Amino acid sequence: MKLTKTLLASTALTVAAGMSFADGHMANEMTIVSWGGAYSASQQNAYHTPYSENTGTKIINDESSAEAVSKLRAMKEAGNVTWDVVDVVAADALRLCDEGLAMEIDADTMLADAPDGTKASEDFGDLLVGDCFIPQIVYSTTVGYRTDLVGDTAPTDICALFDTETYPGKRALEKRPINNMEWALLCDGVAKGEVYDVLETEEGQQKALDKLATIKDDVIWWSAGADTPQLLADGEVVMGSTYNGRLFALIEEQKQPVAMLWDAQVFDLDGWIIPAGLPDDRKARALDYIMFATDTQRLADQAKYISYGPARKSSAPLVGQHAELGIDMAPHMPTDPENAKNTFLYNYEFWADYRDDIDAKFQAWLVQ
Amino acid sequence: MLSWGADLMAALTPISRKPVSFYVPVVAAFGALAGLFVGTAQGSGLMGIVFGAILMGAVAFVLTKLIPNERVGRWGLFGVLVIAGVLLGGIPGLIIGGAFGWFFGWLTFWLFEGRYRGHLAPFLTPGQVLWHYAFRVICGSIFVFLITPIIVVMPLSFNAQDFFTFTPEMLRFDPAGYSLKHYRDFFNNEDWQNAVRNSIRIAPVATLLSVGFGTLAAIGLSQPHVPFRRAIMAVLISPMIVPLIISAAGMYFFYSRIGLQGTYIGVVLAHAALGIPFVIITVTATLVGFDNSLTRAAANMGASPVRTFFKVQMPLILPGVISGGLFAFITSFDEVVVVLFVGSAGQKTLPWQMFTGLREQISPTILAVATLLVAISILLLTTLELLRRRSERLRGITPT
Repeated sequence: MKLTKTLLASTALTVAAGMSFADGHMANEMTIVSWGGAYSASQQNAYHTPYSENTGTKIINDESSAEAVSKLRAMKEAGNVTWDVVDVVAADALRLCDEGLAMEIDADTMLADAPDGTKASEDFGDLLVGDCFIPQIVYSTTVGYRTDLVGDTAPTDICALFDTETYPGKRALEKRPINNMEWALLCDGVAKGEVYDVLETEEGQQKALDKLATIKDDVIWWSAGADTPQLLADGEVVMGSTYNGRLFALIEEQKQPVAMLWDAQVFDLDGWIIPAGLPDDRKARALDYIMFATDTQRLADQAKYISYGPARKSSAPLVGQHAELGIDMAPHMPTDPENAKNTFLYNYEFWADYRDDIDAKFQAWLVQ
Repeated sequence: MLSWGADLMAALTPISRKPVSFYVPVVAAFGALAGLFVGTAQGSGLMGIVFGAILMGAVAFVLTKLIPNERVGRWGLFGVLVIAGVLLGGIPGLIIGGAFGWFFGWLTFWLFEGRYRGHLAPFLTPGQVLWHYAFRVICGSIFVFLITPIIVVMPLSFNAQDFFTFTPEMLRFDPAGYSLKHYRDFFNNEDWQNAVRNSIRIAPVATLLSVGFGTLAAIGLSQPHVPFRRAIMAVLISPMIVPLIISAAGMYFFYSRIGLQGTYIGVVLAHAALGIPFVIITVTATLVGFDNSLTRAAANMGASPVRTFFKVQMPLILPGVISGGLFAFITSFDEVVVVLFVGSAGQKTLPWQMFTGLREQISPTILAVATLLVAISILLLTTLELLRRRSERLRGITPT
C-alpha cells in the first residue's frame, strides 16, 4: 500500500508541477533571433530591456542566427513560423528576401526618422541593401596579432598574413573563400580597384588560391567567431582574422597581448529582417519593436556595449563610452577614420553571383 | 579453485636475476616513452625520445651494477629527479620528477630481480608473461583514453581566464590562476538559469511518461498470448535505433502540423518517445526472471489484477523500472538534437544552451556546467549500480 501511495503521489506532484509551468504561447511575447554571446548581450542591454520596460512585452532570445536561412525555410515548409524578428548578415537577408521568406520593409514609413527630421532612407543611405533588410551595425572582419609573438616589427599591412618569413607561426583564417580570396589577390600585387574584376575570371580565382597555397600549411581554418580569440589567447596562432568586436573584447576586456591590424579590413552589415507571413498581431508587434530598436538613440546605445559602428549616420555623434570599461568607443569603431584608412566593402553583388562556384572550388582546394 | 592452484604454483616459481641485455633496453624503451611526452611538451619529441632512452638506460645500469643497495639507489634516483623537476618546472616539475623517479626505480628492480614472474605460474612461456602484462597495459590505456577528455575539463573550469587554456599560473598551481567565477557566472546568468529551469521542467515529466508507458508495454509484451510481439517491440524501440536527426526532423514536421512544435508539451512528448525504449529494455530484462506463478497465486487468493500488479509484480521489477527511468531521465537531460527541432527558444534546455555557447562564445562557463553535469551523472549511475546489486541479491545471484 505504501509503495502504491508513494508512486501515485509523486506522479501527481510531478505532473502538476510540470503542467503549472506549461504556459504555451503567452499573448504578449516575441522571439528574437540573434548571434549569442557578447553581441546578443549588447542587444539585450540596448534594445530588449528598454523595450520590455516600455511595453511589457516579454522577449525570448534564440541564438540561431547562424542557421537562420535553413531554419526559416523549414518553418515555411512546416507552415509554422515561430520567430518574430531575426538578426542576419546582409547577404543572408538578400537570400531570404529573394526566396520570399522575409517581409519587405519600406524604410520611410516603417522606421523612425532621425531626430532632426531626416528620413530614415536617407539616414541609413547606401546601407539599405535589398528590400527586406533593416541595417543595424557595420562590423568588419580584420586581423589580430599577438604582440609578443611577432618580434620587433609589428605588422602594419595585410600581407603580413602571407609573410611567413618575417612572422613565422600559424595563422587563423575563416573556412570560406570570402575575404581570404580578396586578401590573397591584394598581396599578389593586384590593385584594390581591380580585385573583383580579376576574381571574376578562372585564372584570377586560381591566382588567389595559389597565393593562399603558399601559406596553406600554416593556416588553422576557423568557422565560429569565437575560434580566433581562443587561438590567439592560447598563443596557438600568431595572427588570425575575426570580427573586430571579438578582438575588441579580447584586447580591452580580457587584456590579452593582442593588437589589431585594421589594414584591408572588410566591412559588412548586420541587421534585422521580419519573417514573411506572420499573423497580424505578431507582425504589428515586430514592426513596433523594429521602429523602436533602430532609432538613432538605440543604435548609438548599442555601441556602448560592443565595438560595432551604428548603421545610421545620425547615431555616430552620439556614440559615447563603454558602459563598463569607461573608455571612449569611437576610436574602436571600424568606421573611425584612423582605422578606416584602407578598407573593403563586402561586395554583395559579386558574391551573390559567384559564391556557389567559388565556394566549391575553395572547398575542393582545401582537401587537396 | 583455479586461483588457489595458481597461487600454489606461483610460490614454486623460481625468481632469478636477469641479464643486463634484457632489462636495460626495456627500461630505456620506457624512458623513450616518457621522453616523448616531456620532449613534446618542450618542443621536440624526437630529442625527448633519444635523451629519455639514453638517460633511463644509464640509470638502470648504474642502479643495478654500481650501487650495492636497492633502497639507497631508488631513494637516490627519486631525490635526484625531484630536484631536477623543481629546477626545471617548479611545483608541477616536482610532482612529475617524483613520479618518474619512483617509477623508474621500481621498474628497474622489478625487471632486474625478475619479480614480474613472482605471482605467475612457473610454466608460462616468456610470450605468455609478456601478454599478461601487455593486456593490463592495453586495458589501462583504454581507460585513460575514455576518461582523460572528461578529466581535463574539470581543472579548466576553475580557470581565472575566459579561455579554454591552461594558463602559466594554473600550471604553477598559483591560486591566482584559479577562480570560481565561471561557476558564479552559471548561477547568476539568466540564460543559464532559464536553461536549468527548462531542463528540470522537461526531464522529470518526460521520464514519468516514459516509465509509465514503457513499463506497461514491457509487461504487455512479455505475455505469451499477445500477437505480433516482435513487430510491436521493434516499432517501440525504433527511436533508439533510427538516427536521432531523422527522428528529430520527422517530429519537427509532424509536430508543426498538429500545433505541438515549440511548445512545452511537444518537447516532453518527444523526449518521452526517446526514453520509452530504455524502459522497455530494462523492464523486459527484469521480467525474464519474474516467476508468473506468483501472480497466479495472488489471483488464487482473490487479489484483483491491479492489486496483484502493485503488491506483487511491481516491487519485484522495481529495480528494472527505476534503472530504465534513470536512463530515460539522462536521455532527456542530455538531449540536444531533438529539442533543437521540436523546441523553440522558450524551451531552451541545458544541452541546447551549451551547444550555442560553444559555437558562439567559447566560455569556460560551459566547462563549469559540464563538471556539474558529470558530477550529477556519476551520482545517478552510482544509484543505478546500487539498485542493480540489490536486484541481483533479491533474485539470489551473488553480486560479483
